[in-house]
Parts: sequence; structure tokens; C-alpha cells
Amino acid sequence: MSDNLQQFVELLPQLGEGILVTLELTLGGAVLALLIAFTLGFGSRARTKWARVPSRVVVEFFRGTSLVVQIFWLYYVLPLPPFYVELDPLACGILALGLNYGAYASEVVRGSINSVAKGQWEAAIALDLSAVHRMRRVIMPQAWPLMIPMFTNLLIQLVKGSALAAYISLHDLNFFTEELRERTSDTVFSYTVGLIFYFVVAYLLTLAMNALEVRAKNRLGAGPSLREVLRLAPVQTTADVGAGTAVLTAPKGGDRA
Amino acid sequence: MNEAAWSWAHAAAVLPELLVGLRITILATVVGMVIASVLGLVVAVVRRSSLRVVTMPIGFLVEFIRSTPLLVQLVFANLLFTQFPSLAIGCVVLGIHYATYMSEVYRAGIDAVPKGQWEAAIALDLPRSRTWGAVVLPQAIRNTLPGLGNYAISMFKETPYLFAIAVVEMYTAAQQYGAGTFRYIEAITMAGLLFLLLSYPTSLLVRRLENRLA
Repeated sequence: MSDNLQQFVELLPQLGEGILVTLELTLGGAVLALLIAFTLGFGSRARTKWARVPSRVVVEFFRGTSLVVQIFWLYYVLPLPPFYVELDPLACGILALGLNYGAYASEVVRGSINSVAKGQWEAAIALDLSAVHRMRRVIMPQAWPLMIPMFTNLLIQLVKGSALAAYISLHDLNFFTEELRERTSDTVFSYTVGLIFYFVVAYLLTLAMNALEVRAKNRLGAGPSLREVLRLAPVQTTADVGAGTAVLTAPKGGDRA
Repeated sequence: MNEAAWSWAHAAAVLPELLVGLRITILATVVGMVIASVLGLVVAVVRRSSLRVVTMPIGFLVEFIRSTPLLVQLVFANLLFTQFPSLAIGCVVLGIHYATYMSEVYRAGIDAVPKGQWEAAIALDLPRSRTWGAVVLPQAIRNTLPGLGNYAISMFKETPYLFAIAVVEMYTAAQQYGAGTFRYIEAITMAGLLFLLLSYPTSLLVRRLENRLA
């Protein structure tokens, strides 16, 4: 065991590098997925067929074909004729993760916007807000807290999907795990270590997303502020703040479904 | 050198091999989903126990399995249990991984059973087994059917991970054809299209089921 630990300590620089690659894939993939999600999510609810149909086709295409197939397609097929596009493996991973999870997330965007209460839409129309203004000031602030818990799930899925990167020549956390196994020839030790690091990454991301959710709800006037949640003292409930604040009971933090 | 970028001949030639792989893909999905449905239900029921000694470790284990990559778990299990065939390991690991998802679906389903049903069961002095078996679960499981369908589709699309433990399912079959002939474009594209061809209609069916149960 002490031998294992010594090997582990010797491999620490590689571990750092591996975690960095996994984080690059995760964050790069997540940013791309978010952009795609909003583009396709709005596209799917557009009134004109010209925007709606292509959006739906793209979403169903990337949801329906497997992530594994997509990542290897980009890696093996794209450099071949007729494309001749040789992507950097990191770009390849980010693109595949972003496209796949972006398609899933666009359904979240669409669903959340659609589930904002009808009265809110009607009120915004009655006040003669422009479409952009209505979305930005009325609908989005209410849809956003609904999206976050589902985005958290997808983000964790994305972290897990990023493990594929080891198979397109990237030295990520999965690659490090295999390297550690070769050094120690102890499967249980190396894979337990690898899985624990994945767990820690996922856990920290979940905490960050939960904080984001608390903030988003607080801005709506529902639930305590982030500072109140982080303070250990008991939180004053919003109910006795008085009139003017929305009397909504929001669960503390976010439950990952 | 002057080859056509896309050759229909190769696309046709790879198809039979993909269909052989598809059998393994479907087998793994069905077996995995059976394990996931049963184990997920067991986990969901056990987690409702009031014994913290039981619920805490199981809760942690579920969270751990759910937050770590299926791919790494597959490779790990395959290295650990070398005496079993890879396909069996693949099915079991898929099943366990998805059981952690399914347990949440069941939990939501159980939570959605009205409180009055529990109270009625107590009032009628039903034993615990009858309360669960005849009152709560039949109502809870009805609510979980769309979730089950969605996860089955999701598992179907994750079976290609089995390539990492050398199970020749549909994607691995495509990969092998590509490696043998250098016709990756037809092989991988056809595999992707077959996934789409099967998963999209199934997802439409699940959506219809969802609307009918809602």
C-alpha cells in the first residue's frame, strides 16, 4: 500500500494535468452546450417553420445518435475525404460533448420557457413590452431557476462523458487512472483513486450549480440569498419580511433528480 | 487514391455486420434494463427505511456510482472480474449504473402516491408487505413507466461504451469494419444512423405514453 502511495505521489504532476484536461473538456463542452441549447431552444419555439424545423431536426439528430459515435465520427471520419478537417483532439472532444449535451439542454430551455405561467406572458403583453424585453425581463428570470437543476444533471453527465477523451489520445483523468494502474499494477487502488477524483469533480460542480440556483431564486424574491445560506446562523424566513416580497416557499438548495 | 468519398457499396457491406452487433446492443440494453429496474426498485424501497445505518452508506454509494463515468466503471469491473465474459460484466455494470438513476424515478413515483393511500392501508391493518405490494407499488410503478422508457433509450445509446471492454456491439462492429477496410466514414455513419433510426421512434412512443399517463 505504501508502495502504491509512493507511486501516486510520483504521478501527481500527471494527475494535475489529467484533471486539467477533464476540466477543460467539461467547461469547454458546457459553454458550447449552453450556446447551442439557447440557440436551438429558441429555434424550436420559433413561430416560423424555417427556424423551427431545422432546430428540431438538429436536436433530434444529436440526441438520437450516441455520444460515443459522435466523438469518434469527429475523430476518425472528419479528417477523411470529403471533409479533410483535422481537429485537435481537445477541440474534437469539446465539440462532441457540446453538440450532444447542447441538444439535450435545448429541450430543457424550451421546456422551462414554456412552463412559465401563462399569466406572466399575458401581463407582459398587456404592458406592451417588446418581445426581447418580455423575454429578458419577465420570462427568462423565471425560467432560469427552473433550468438550473436540470443543467446540473446534464453537467454531471458531461463530466462522465468526458472520460471518452482518453480514447482520442487525450491525457485526461481516465488516462491517468490507467497510467496509475500500469505503474502500481494494482487495479483496485488505481481505479478507486480515479473514480474518487471524478466524484470530487462532480461534487464540486454540483455545489457550484446549487449556489447558482439559490442565487437565481433569491433574485426572484423566492428563498434566501446565497450569503444567508452560507452563513451557519439560522436563516430569517422571507414570510415575516412583510408585504412587497413574494410569498413563495422555495426549497433550500437544489435537489438533483 | 481517387476514391469516392462515400461508397454505397461499403455502406451496404457494413450493414450485415452492424446488424449482428445490433443484436448484442439490444441484448445488453434489455438485460441491463431488467437489472436496473429490479435493483433500482430495491434501492428506492430500502432508502425509505428509517435506519440511518442502512440509508447513509447506500445513499453515498448511489451518489458515487451516479457521479462517476460509466466508461471507467466498465473498464474497472472488467479488469477486476477477469473470470467472467465481458458481455456479462457489461450488462451488470450498465444495470447497476442505471439502477442508481432508476431508484430516483421510483422514489419520485413512490412519493407521488397520495398520503391517504398509506393511511388507508394502516387503517385496514394491512401487513407491510401487502401495503407495498398491493397498494403503494402498483400506483407508484404506473408513474415510473415513462421514466423507465426514457432511461431504456438512454442506455441503448450508451451501450457503445462496451467497446472499451471489447464487446462487439454495434459501434465496435463499425469500428472493426473501419479498421479493416479504412472505410470509417460509411461504417461509423451507418452505425450512428442506425442508433437514430431505432431511438427516435422509440422516444416518440415514450412521449405518447407519457401524455396518456399524464
